[in-house]
Amino acid sequence: MFDALSERLNSVFRGLRGRGKITEENVSEVMREIRTALLEADVNLEVARAFCDEVQQKAIGAEVIKTLRPADMMVKIVHDELVRLMGPVDPKIPFISPGPTILLMAGLQGSGKTTTCGKMAKLLLARAKRPLMVAADLKRPAAIDQLEVIGQQVGTPVYTERDQQNAVKVCRNGIAQARKTDRDVVILDTAGRLAVDEEMMDEVARIATTTNPQQIYLVLDAMTGQDAVNTARVFNQRLELDGIILTKFDSDTRGGAALSVKHVTGKPIKFVGIGEKMEAIEEFYPDRIAGRILGMGDILTLVEQAQRQYDQEEAAKLEAKMASGKFALDDFLVQLRKMRQMGSMKDLIKKIPGMGDMMGDMDLDEGEIVRMEAAIQSMTPKEKANPKIVDASRRRRIARGAGCDPSDVSQLVKQFEPMRNMMKAMSGQSLPQRLKMGMQFSKAMAGGGLPRLKGSSTASRRSLSKKDRRKRRKR
Amino acid sequence: MGLFDRLKNGLSHTRKKVSASFRSVLRIGKKIDQDTINRLEDAMLTADFGPATTQKLVDVVRSGWKKGEIVEEQEVTDYLVRHIVAMWPESDRRIHFAESGPTVILVSGINGSGKTTSVAKLGHYFTNQGKHVILGACDTFRAAAVEQLSIWSERIGVQIVKHDQGADPGAVAYDACEAATARKADVLLIDTAGRLHTQDHLMRELGKIQRVVEKKIPGAPHEVLLVLDATIGQNAVNQARQFSEHVSVTGIFLAKLDGSAKGGIVVGIRDQLNVPVKFVGLGETPDDVEPFDPGTFIKAMFAD
Repeated sequence: MFDALSERLNSVFRGLRGRGKITEENVSEVMREIRTALLEADVNLEVARAFCDEVQQKAIGAEVIKTLRPADMMVKIVHDELVRLMGPVDPKIPFISPGPTILLMAGLQGSGKTTTCGKMAKLLLARAKRPLMVAADLKRPAAIDQLEVIGQQVGTPVYTERDQQNAVKVCRNGIAQARKTDRDVVILDTAGRLAVDEEMMDEVARIATTTNPQQIYLVLDAMTGQDAVNTARVFNQRLELDGIILTKFDSDTRGGAALSVKHVTGKPIKFVGIGEKMEAIEEFYPDRIAGRILGMGDILTLVEQAQRQYDQEEAAKLEAKMASGKFALDDFLVQLRKMRQMGSMKDLIKKIPGMGDMMGDMDLDEGEIVRMEAAIQSMTPKEKANPKIVDASRRRRIARGAGCDPSDVSQLVKQFEPMRNMMKAMSGQSLPQRLKMGMQFSKAMAGGGLPRLKGSSTASRRSLSKKDRRKRRKR
Repeated sequence: MGLFDRLKNGLSHTRKKVSASFRSVLRIGKKIDQDTINRLEDAMLTADFGPATTQKLVDVVRSGWKKGEIVEEQEVTDYLVRHIVAMWPESDRRIHFAESGPTVILVSGINGSGKTTSVAKLGHYFTNQGKHVILGACDTFRAAAVEQLSIWSERIGVQIVKHDQGADPGAVAYDACEAATARKADVLLIDTAGRLHTQDHLMRELGKIQRVVEKKIPGAPHEVLLVLDATIGQNAVNQARQFSEHVSVTGIFLAKLDGSAKGGIVVGIRDQLNVPVKFVGLGETPDDVEPFDPGTFIKAMFAD
C-alpha cells in the first residue's frame, strides 16, 4: 500500500537534501515532481492541483524558518498537508438509546459491502454490542446466502426475506425484528449499484429516508482510479454520507482514492478493510497514514495490533520467562504465531519508524516462518526446552518430520541461543526500543541467518503438508 | 441493434464524460498551441489513461502538430483515435479454441472484480453460439460463491460442476475437466476465488489450478482470462503483471465498463502490457458482454 507514492516522494525529498534553502525556484521544481507522483498514484487531478498549490504556498512562506533544513521542512509541510487532506476524522459510531442504531452500507458492485458488514458486526461485538445484519441485497444471486454464512462466522443473526422483491421493506422489517429481539445495532447490507444507475440509486435513497440511519457509509475499493471521486460525489449527493469505508487497503493500491475522497466530498474515511479475515478492519487515522506514506512508520497502529493479540497476564508471564532466559522454543512458536496474526511481516516492519526505508526490495519469505514452525513442532518437549541437545541423529529425525533439510534444523537451533540472550537483554526496555533491537538483531542474523530472507531450497518448500496448505488457505 | 450502437449505449456514461472533456479541451475553429497540449494531457490523465500512456499519446499529438499533420484542434480526436486503434493488432483478440475436446477457459481476478458474473456472461455467450458449456465452480472460499454460480447456471441453462464451500479448488478443477471430457462439452469455464495479487500463497494456489487443468487436458487451459474492474485505476497494470507471473494470462475481460467514466484504462493496459482485452462487460444481464473491438470501442468512446 502506498509503496509507489512513498518511494517517489522520498526520492523527491532526497533530491532536496544538500540544498541550502527553499527558494521559489526549487520549490516549483519539486512541486512538479510531487504532482506527477500524486497523479501516478491515482490521486484525482483537482485534488493533486489543490494540494500542490497549498504546499507551494506554505513552502515559500516558510522560508523564514532557518532552524530546519529545507528537505525536513518540506517533509513536514507535505505531512501536515496530507493530514489536512484526509482529516479530520471521528470514526466513533454515535449509538442512540433506545436503539437500534442503524448503519447503512452502500457502494458499487464488488467493493466489498457484504464482507464489510461482517467485519463491522465483529467490531461491534467486541464493543459489547448486539448487532443484527439485514440482507437487503436482493439483486445479486446468492448474496443472502453469503451474508448468512458470514453471520454464522462472526456469530451475528441475519434477517432475511427470501421471496421479497422490495429492499426497502426488508430493511424496515429487519429493524422491527431487531426491536423485537433486543438487538441494539442494525447493519443494512444493500445491493451493489453503479452511481449512474438512477433506478438503483433511488432505491438506496428510499432505504435511507425510510430507515433514517445514524451512519451511512460508502464502501469503496481502495484501488479505484480517477472514478473514485465521481462515485463518492454521486453517492454523497443522494445519500448524505457520514463516512467512507475503504476496502482492500492491504493491496498494493497507490492510494489515490484514500487521498482524494475527503477533499472532493468533504466526508472522511472512517474505517479501512485490511484483509480477508473478519477481524481485518481498522479505524482510519490520517496522521498515521501520512506518516506511512512519508516512510515515517506507524508505531501507534503497531502497538494497538500487538495489544489486541496479547493480554496483560500473558505478557507478564512472557516477560518473566524472557528475563530469566528460560524462554524455550515453544514459547518462541507461540510468539511467532501471534505475530503472524498481526499481519504480514513486511507490513509490520514497515510500521516501525525508520524501517520502511531499510526494507527496500527486501523480500521476506513468509513461508520460511511456516517451515520454522514445522521444525519446532517436530521436536520433543525436551528438545524444545533445551535445543542444545539436538545432535546429528536428532537433527535427522526432526528434518524428516518437518520435511526440511537437516541443515535447516541446525540453523534454527544455532540461532535460537543468541535470540534467547537478546530477549533477556531486551526485557525491561520500551516497546519501540525492543522492536529496534529486534530488527537490528535479525538484520545481523540475515547474513548467516535464521530468518533467511530470500529463496530457500526446494526441499524445504515441500515441507507443507496438504492439510497445512489448506489451513493456510483458510487462514 | 448493431454492435456499434450497443457499445455506444453501454458506454454512454464513458462517452459523455470522456468526449465532453475532450470537447471542452478541443474547440472547433481553434488552432493547436501549447495550451491545447497541456489541456489534452489533463483530460487524458482524468480519463485514467495513466501518466506513462498519456505522456506517449501527448507526444504523438505534439509531433503531429509540429510536423504540420494537424493544425486545428478539431482534428486532434480523429488523429488520436487512428493512433490508438493502431495499437491493437488484429490477431491477438481471437479466442483460442481447442482443436478437439473441450476448450478450457480459466477465469481469474481480484476480489470483487466481477469474475462470477463474467463467467455467467461468457457461458451465455458461448451457449448462444451453439456450444455445449460446462461451468466449474472453483471459488470454494468466499461465502456462497458456489451458490451464486449455481443460480447463474440455472438461469443460463448450463451444467455446473461443484463441491462444497471449503473444498480444494484444484480438486474441483480436476472433476470439472473430467466432466467436460466425459460429457463432450465444447467449452469449460472455470470460475476461481478472488485473490489480491499481493497475496503470494493465494497466487500460488491459482497456479496450481492451472497445473491441474494442464495435466488433465493436454493443451489446456486454452485461455486464461483476467477479469479487471474497469473502474480500477492504474493498479490494473500491477494486477495484470502479478497474475501473469503465476498463470499464463492470455486476455483480459474488462468488467463493469458501463459504470466507468474512464475508458482510458483500456488504452493504458494495452500500452503498458502485452495482454489484449478480449471481452468487455457492459451491464448486469447475461447478454451484456461483447467481444472487444478496439476500433468500435475507441470510436464509441469519442463519438458525439
